[in-house]
Amino acid sequence: MNSQHPDGSVFSNIVRAPEDPILGVTVAYNKDTSPIKLNLGVGAYRTEEGKPLVLNVVRRAEQLLVNDPSRVKEYLPIVGLAEFNKLSAKLIFGADSPAIQENRVATVQGLSGTGSLRIGAEFLARHYYQHTIYIPVPTWGNHPKIFTIAGLSVKTYRYYDPETRGLDFKGLLEDLGAAPTGAIVLLHACAHNPTGVDPTLEQWEQIRQLMRSKGLLPFFDSAYQGFASGSLDADAQSVRMFVADGGECLAAQSYAKNMGLYGERVGALSIVCKAADVASRVESQLKLVIRPMYSNPPIHGASIVATILKDSDMYNEWTLELKAMADRIISMRQLLFDTLRDRGTPGDWSHIIKQIGMFTFTGLNTEQVAFMTKEYHIYMTSDGRISMAGLSSRTVPHLADAIHAAVTRIP
Amino acid sequence: MYSASAIDKATEFCFLLCHETSYNYKYSIRVPVTESNPHHCDPIIPLLLAMTIIPSKMMASTMLSLVSAALPLQENHKGKMNLGSSDCSSFLRKEKRNPFMKTKSFGRINMAIAVNTSRFEGVTMAPPDPILGVSEAFRADNSEMKLNLGVGAYRTEELQPYVLNVVKKAENLMLERGENKEYLPIEGLAAFNKVTAELLFGAGNPVIEQQRVATVQGLSGTGSLRLAAALIERYFPGAKVLISSPTWGNHKNIFNDARVPWSEYRYYDPKTVGLDFDGMISDIKAAPEGSFVLLHGCAHNPTGIDPTPEQWEKIADVIQEKNHIPFFDVAYQGFASGSLDADASSVRLFAARGMELLVAQSYSKNLGLYAERIGAINVVCSSADAAARVKSQLKRIARPMYSNPPIHGARIVANVVGDPALFNEWKEEMELMAGRIKNVRQKLFDSLSAKDKCGKDWSFILKQIGMFSFTGLSKVQSENMTNKWHVYMTKDGRISLAGLSLAKCEYLADAIIDSFHCVS
Repeated sequence: MNSQHPDGSVFSNIVRAPEDPILGVTVAYNKDTSPIKLNLGVGAYRTEEGKPLVLNVVRRAEQLLVNDPSRVKEYLPIVGLAEFNKLSAKLIFGADSPAIQENRVATVQGLSGTGSLRIGAEFLARHYYQHTIYIPVPTWGNHPKIFTIAGLSVKTYRYYDPETRGLDFKGLLEDLGAAPTGAIVLLHACAHNPTGVDPTLEQWEQIRQLMRSKGLLPFFDSAYQGFASGSLDADAQSVRMFVADGGECLAAQSYAKNMGLYGERVGALSIVCKAADVASRVESQLKLVIRPMYSNPPIHGASIVATILKDSDMYNEWTLELKAMADRIISMRQLLFDTLRDRGTPGDWSHIIKQIGMFTFTGLNTEQVAFMTKEYHIYMTSDGRISMAGLSSRTVPHLADAIHAAVTRIP
Repeated sequence: MYSASAIDKATEFCFLLCHETSYNYKYSIRVPVTESNPHHCDPIIPLLLAMTIIPSKMMASTMLSLVSAALPLQENHKGKMNLGSSDCSSFLRKEKRNPFMKTKSFGRINMAIAVNTSRFEGVTMAPPDPILGVSEAFRADNSEMKLNLGVGAYRTEELQPYVLNVVKKAENLMLERGENKEYLPIEGLAAFNKVTAELLFGAGNPVIEQQRVATVQGLSGTGSLRLAAALIERYFPGAKVLISSPTWGNHKNIFNDARVPWSEYRYYDPKTVGLDFDGMISDIKAAPEGSFVLLHGCAHNPTGIDPTPEQWEKIADVIQEKNHIPFFDVAYQGFASGSLDADASSVRLFAARGMELLVAQSYSKNLGLYAERIGAINVVCSSADAAARVKSQLKRIARPMYSNPPIHGARIVANVVGDPALFNEWKEEMELMAGRIKNVRQKLFDSLSAKDKCGKDWSFILKQIGMFSFTGLSKVQSENMTNKWHVYMTKDGRISLAGLSLAKCEYLADAIIDSFHCVS
């Protein structure tokens, strides 16, 4: 006991933090005893049977690793597994990317998307002259927290248009156009989270031009490469477009979804620089961010990724499994849309099939969401985002019922 | 070349130096064009003009890339994307549709003439990590005689890395079970958190029974310390952490990055090559009330010098007296003496007094899980309610850092510690590892004593405990060890006995004697 404090605790002034809004959905779901409950909260893929999935190719890779007698568990370098870093850069930028061939890319292994974003943000806060980062409205709930804690000042740019349930392109261009020169801009590489609304390639090109003309620094969050359209290359087009013009950018990658390695925490941060010697110095400074945070990254997930990416058979197998996951989600979108249409649910639900990726921004408001949770035991984030990955042909009708009830009973 | 008329036509040139930064020059150039003769706007003209006003300090290569950069948009001919043409007319036509461009009878060419300087040009090369950088240097050395006594990673007598048998068994079990890879909760694997607290405090300990421990899985020792440091920064603003002099090199980095002020308490006495106990007590007493005191639970890194049980009692006394908060770093439980319980006695002593305390744990060494990054932060509070609140705030710190911790290492620990057969097997392997280090200490001592003609007392090697020995070698002498003898160690004179084999003891003894007596 500590004699200085009234209840004898030095922690008496520490209040209970609320549950994380996204991960807290699963906490609430787990507490629910209803047999018809449905978890559409966190973006984790589920099979048609509603089960988590470990990719076959991942199991194969793990088998190889665990059975290899020469494998050891020595500390990785601070920047992580070298092979993994190289392969990750190739995956996102393309194997023939001049930036890679010219050694202009500093890549470090990070703790999935979150960790990679955090390292990049800490680096920018220490070494970049502009400390303002523009994030789209809406964006993943953890984004502003990561950037703020790293020491960046967070501003927003318009993104989602609730009227059209699509992209507010005019607003986006205006807001980025008004940003101070050199400001950092967070861009979702594909399958925008939470809206599922992506710019077209033509729109990306305009964004690129605008950003380059104002010297804005792109910071890509690529959490769904291959998962959005089913094609790894197509889902990397936005990033590659920016790299192709010779300019600089940051890209955070995650293998949580596209390789189903959620809990292994595997990702990478790449910083594309103008010159090789700059990239080398940048890498050395990234190490200074990492060392006091966790010293060096975990080996298991990165080894799995490297094993798969470097073997052409396993790589191909991966692309097939990835496409199957993406296709199942696309079919769930179609099914939900068809079901709502057949029920005559009021409103235009075409955004369900126009949006891309794991999530659908339903457009439901917080009251409607609360209603769906209470009456139908459907768990989702209060912004109306549902994870399509959590649906199956068996559960879509239940969701459609809930949506129908919510929009008809609650304005 | 460019006709006089073309240049004449571009009568009204307005250069605006829109914004100059260290890295980018942006020019907005108004050029008069008409729809009928768009070709009078030749991109080269503004370029030529731009080039004349560019500061002369820029190099020719930069100018050339300036030219290529300014050619509107078409960069990568090989790429699949056709990003536009260099024909100004089509560029202008595009501009007209572009909502952010104003067009009148004058076309405005906004070109970001990105000077070919990186926006990160000013980033300097960071020095290599003083500890982890030693291994890098070792790898680069081609000498047959080289010896890596840098980082604290256990090696077998054959100087090979060692994966414990229990770890292999656990991994095979995990593979057979085919467990999923879903996200862990932010606080980590529940099964791991349970066994790690029990391992540290003892399963029946009141702090556990009363649910007064907030345990959160962290990224090994470093990550767990960092979570605690962030908690201190947020909820104990201005509070200092007292760290031993010397201490593990990364402690200061962690507190610096977490923006927690720190100061040192005397610890190592070079005269006795032992503990400066009076200095330690005095400095802890002198610190402002409510400071955090960072203590090494066992096997102090880098010195290998631990307080005796009596000294721990006195340390606890002064900490209680000053309302300080003990903050243990336990990276070697089981590895120091070979006994898990004995190595936890300091922590348990403090807990038994009813004190609130923090403990960071690591399984890097004792389970050989270095690269899996598995550890925990434990906060012992005076009530279960406080523990719950503290845990919730630790989660809030973890979320914007990495969201949730990695599963693999956590499952291995949970399997090994949670299964009686594997747990016993682990204890045996740990005794073997700790035993090998004790043997190596003995042999090194014997070699030094036999070879050293100057009669120096080398017994500190036997008195020190754990993976490391603080040789007392100076920075210059340590460098001699590396440069002359290819023995890699940290510049503070620390050697990792875990990286020493019996076979190499004589060689090392020669190196140490030479460096000690012949280099100053």
